[in-house]
Amino acid sequence: MTDTEAKAIIEAALFAAEKPLTISELRSAVEEYGENQIQDLALQLQSECVALGRGVRLVEVAGGWQVVTDPALAQVLGRIYRKVRPARLSRPGMETLAIIAYRQPITKSEIEEIRGVDVDGVLKSLLERSIVQIVGRKEGVGRPLLYGTTEVFLERFGLKSLEHLPSISELQATLQAHEAQRPEGVPVGQGMVQDHLTQGQNETTQTTQTTQTTDRPD
Amino acid sequence: MSYPLSYRVRLPIFEGPLDLLLFLIKQSHIDIVNLPIARITEQYLEYLKLMQVLDLEIAGDFLVMAATLIQIKSKMLLPPDETAAEEKEEEDPRAELIRRLMEYQQFKAAAERLHEMERRRSAMFTRVPPEGQALEAEWAEEPFFEASLFDLLTALSDVLKRVPKELFHEIIQDEFTVEQKIVELRRRLAAEPQVSFSKLFEAAKGKMEIITIFLAILELIRLKEAIARQQEAFSEIVMMRSQTI
Repeated sequence: MTDTEAKAIIEAALFAAEKPLTISELRSAVEEYGENQIQDLALQLQSECVALGRGVRLVEVAGGWQVVTDPALAQVLGRIYRKVRPARLSRPGMETLAIIAYRQPITKSEIEEIRGVDVDGVLKSLLERSIVQIVGRKEGVGRPLLYGTTEVFLERFGLKSLEHLPSISELQATLQAHEAQRPEGVPVGQGMVQDHLTQGQNETTQTTQTTQTTDRPD
Repeated sequence: MSYPLSYRVRLPIFEGPLDLLLFLIKQSHIDIVNLPIARITEQYLEYLKLMQVLDLEIAGDFLVMAATLIQIKSKMLLPPDETAAEEKEEEDPRAELIRRLMEYQQFKAAAERLHEMERRRSAMFTRVPPEGQALEAEWAEEPFFEASLFDLLTALSDVLKRVPKELFHEIIQDEFTVEQKIVELRRRLAAEPQVSFSKLFEAAKGKMEIITIFLAILELIRLKEAIARQQEAFSEIVMMRSQTI
């Protein structure tokens, strides 16, 4: 099998797929190639689509590869596919999701402690849309349910993996950009508490997914 | 103060006391680290009172926070404990609240980033839309975003302030009902796709009628028939008919 043939298979497989395909899934159709080689071929295809000005793009999302349309064509495609849009999340929904994404696995009462309000309704809607799921039970009194994000979450937000969530330092930049609009600004989020999202772990790049079942250090 | 409203609006309030505090902080450009507790408590209680006047189903969390704020405020008025001061500096009574506000604020920034990422991703069409997503016709025109309950309350209090004094002492008659106002609003939004929030109150003859219209607006938002949008934070609220209907 030549590289060109292998690439054609990868392209065809991704075209026909309903979900992102992992490298190992692709490998079952291109057996002669190793996983690294397939990854390389996918990357080649990705740049070829851009270079040739094709209407589709290859993206890495939710731990796999996917064929999507060129984002620049969104407006014209919108004339045909206007109705295919995910139901929007409310602001409280998005905030609850952000807490779950960064602090997972997390219990409902831990989310409520951060948001300062009951999250029953919001959590239910996130579960119904398969954006979050129950991932287990926390050890201890009452063994409360633990929640985490799903692959649907990664795909919806175009994330390759949870490690690709915006880092704390990027978020600080967002907050400071808001600060710049204020008349006099002492940057918020500096000094007192340096790392709110990941419970004081001194990691700025790798955000969560380190199974934290312990209580928050208060 | 409470009005004999025949119709209790069962608006599920997903925003909590921390959201209100951050809203107030942002609105008056206050620095969280130096949280002016007296001023923020006063403003907080004003909004709480407005929510009570409207007979909204306020979560107990709002009252707990009110008590916390008053407690912090009184602690700050006390002279520092001299015996303790020698040992080590006494902790700022605001410290825990400030920590929570900063933590939550960072998650709000994260939510904003996620929203942006979602918008970018939604420009890519896939063969099958990701599972678990309901399909709907709504196509939000960026950069509009939905006004929060507190934005709506701020707008309401502005409208109420413009009511001439003499009208405050009107004889309360149950001549307006929320049901009736809902029907009127539906008709109005069907005729005009976008109406500025304040325009909806132009014909109102008094405080009671304004409040009734406001409750009708909240109900239409709850029923997802109407959307309250702002071009940017703290700007004029525009009411529009939800396109899903």
